[in-house]
Amino acid sequence: MSILVNKSTKVITQGFTGAQGTFHTEQALAYGTHMVGGVTPGKGGSVHLGLPVFDTVAQARAATGADASVIYVPPAGAADAILEAIAAGIGLIVCITEGIPVQDMVRVRAALEQSASLLIGPNCPGIITPDECKIGIMPGPIHRRGHVGIVSRSGTLTYEAVAQTTAIGQGQSTCVGIGGDPVKGMDFTDVLARMIEDPDTHSIVMIGEIGGTSEIDGAELIRASGTHKPVVGFIAGATAPPGRRMGHAGAVITGGHETAGAKIEALRAAGIHVAPSPAELGTTLARVLG
Amino acid sequence: MNIHEYQAKALLRSYGMPVPEGHAATTADEATTAAEALGAPVTVVKAQIHAGGRGAGHFAGKPEGKGGVRLARTPAEVAQAAHAMLGEVLVTKQTGPAGRLVRTLYVESGCDIARELYFSMLVDRVTGRVVIVASPDGGMEIEDVAARTPERIFKEYIDPAMGLCDYQSRALAVRLGLKGREIRAFQNVVRAAYTAFTSLDAAIVEINPLVVTGSGDLLALDAKMSFDENALYRHPEIAKLRDVHEEDPREREAAEYGLAYVGLDGNIGCMVNGAGLAMATMDIIKMEGEEPANFLDVGGGATKERVAAAFRILIGDPKVRGILVNIFGGIMRCDVIAEAIIAASHETGLNVPLVVRLAGTNVDRGKALLAESGLTIIPADDLGDAARKIVAAVRNAGA
Repeated sequence: MSILVNKSTKVITQGFTGAQGTFHTEQALAYGTHMVGGVTPGKGGSVHLGLPVFDTVAQARAATGADASVIYVPPAGAADAILEAIAAGIGLIVCITEGIPVQDMVRVRAALEQSASLLIGPNCPGIITPDECKIGIMPGPIHRRGHVGIVSRSGTLTYEAVAQTTAIGQGQSTCVGIGGDPVKGMDFTDVLARMIEDPDTHSIVMIGEIGGTSEIDGAELIRASGTHKPVVGFIAGATAPPGRRMGHAGAVITGGHETAGAKIEALRAAGIHVAPSPAELGTTLARVLG
Repeated sequence: MNIHEYQAKALLRSYGMPVPEGHAATTADEATTAAEALGAPVTVVKAQIHAGGRGAGHFAGKPEGKGGVRLARTPAEVAQAAHAMLGEVLVTKQTGPAGRLVRTLYVESGCDIARELYFSMLVDRVTGRVVIVASPDGGMEIEDVAARTPERIFKEYIDPAMGLCDYQSRALAVRLGLKGREIRAFQNVVRAAYTAFTSLDAAIVEINPLVVTGSGDLLALDAKMSFDENALYRHPEIAKLRDVHEEDPREREAAEYGLAYVGLDGNIGCMVNGAGLAMATMDIIKMEGEEPANFLDVGGGATKERVAAAFRILIGDPKVRGILVNIFGGIMRCDVIAEAIIAASHETGLNVPLVVRLAGTNVDRGKALLAESGLTIIPADDLGDAARKIVAAVRNAGA
């Protein structure tokens, strides 16, 4: 068990024949992800990496029965690629692309709310259920199958959490990088609710950062759920000055609840074990698990 | 990307926003000519810098003097105000103690103010929609209003499928206490702001104050606009409004190489891949008792050129007493990073302690390359180890 993806998830790549799409699809195939094809408009009917290429997502889904799509389309066309996947009825859409205009994502959010599709990202590393399904750009070998669910707004800080949980002898059930953009698909609450329900996830690591209030909503969900699963948290950006954007479009403090301090307080109030430093994610989890 | 008040007003006016008549000026002569052309009984002379709090600010060296917004009744007074501001450094609550050099003035007709309202538009991240924020308490910092009297802030969320509906604007107008023809006037203000906001991919439109004049007209007395950097590619006319003088030269250089950089005040330079890990690296330096000199995310696809550029920026910062490189290679291979670090160290003549922590793809080859390079690089195994080592190295070097 795991959340959202497993070994039977059938995946297509949008932006399949481009450099990014090609490289990461090769990596996914090597990892064992059940890739079934890809989409590049104008190249329908050809074969790439041994997989069929389609002109549209609708054609790809009809021919392959794909459950999930991963998007490596450049920023100018990425929102449209998400909308196409929603229209084609793809259940899980993972958008890796960084730099999508915010107002494009406003339209995407509205379309998502009218659909049954789920979106992870954009501007995220993707999702992985170790040894079963890797959708995205995370390095496969640092993961190990296990029972820690990891959810994070940051890419490489997710890898840090993965490596540290692996280092203490644990492994991961599913890791989800939700991305650092202000308007996005799944948020902490969406992922945490599934991890709380998932029998294969025994503990959770959630990693947030300054900006927005979604970590506080996530903490409230954990508290309200009454779950007995231990949760370790970390909030990056305690040293970030207000008003300065820290790389991620969403990582900027614009109000009182968006500081690392306010979020850490909310996490603690919800019974989450906040790691004192980003180097102690694994050791904090080890201590909590006893 | 931020723009100046005079630029924002010109843009908003082109979408139908009512704004006072005004002209930009870069010399006292231009300012006087502008005032004569306006022919208003009262003229307002406003310093153009990318920071708020101009009226309450002061000029460097004159802490008791007047601020960056001055009233003038004659062309001679305009000239006097212009001389006092142009080429001087304006310090406000938002500029920090260094202040900003005033290069441009905006000379505007004064108006008869009956009421001051607050109005802004931005994308709300919780709902993922454009939100209108308005308050009857204009002319104040909206953060202060939010803290003291949150019930005096009103919001309307715009459904992107429907677009702005005028009834939403009228509902807001009534809550703001507007009456009679002021309600229609407010509807036009919102319409103009929304059309500009969505047509130009704005990140924020803020009008504070939006004034109601004695005759019942609405006027945008101040205007602030900023734009989504990710959307500038489709608005070349907006990209041209960028004022490089208002931007940190280090941040500008970094942006040219696709690096995300924010200058800070500490003495440990950081080079990290990924925004979250970069923030976490800054945090752990502080936990070890020192301060980071910067936020620097080299991104996922850093090349040798990018890493070298990042190094030049760090070494070129006179405050930097040591450098911490923290790379968790995913797509980025550690051996490639190691080669880039070695090349950049030779090229830039590295003269401060350098701690390198590599993890992830091809980490062993990366570490071997660094060890064989002959450079005095201090290797670190993990994030905590790296932070302790750079702090110790900087303190030893300073002792």
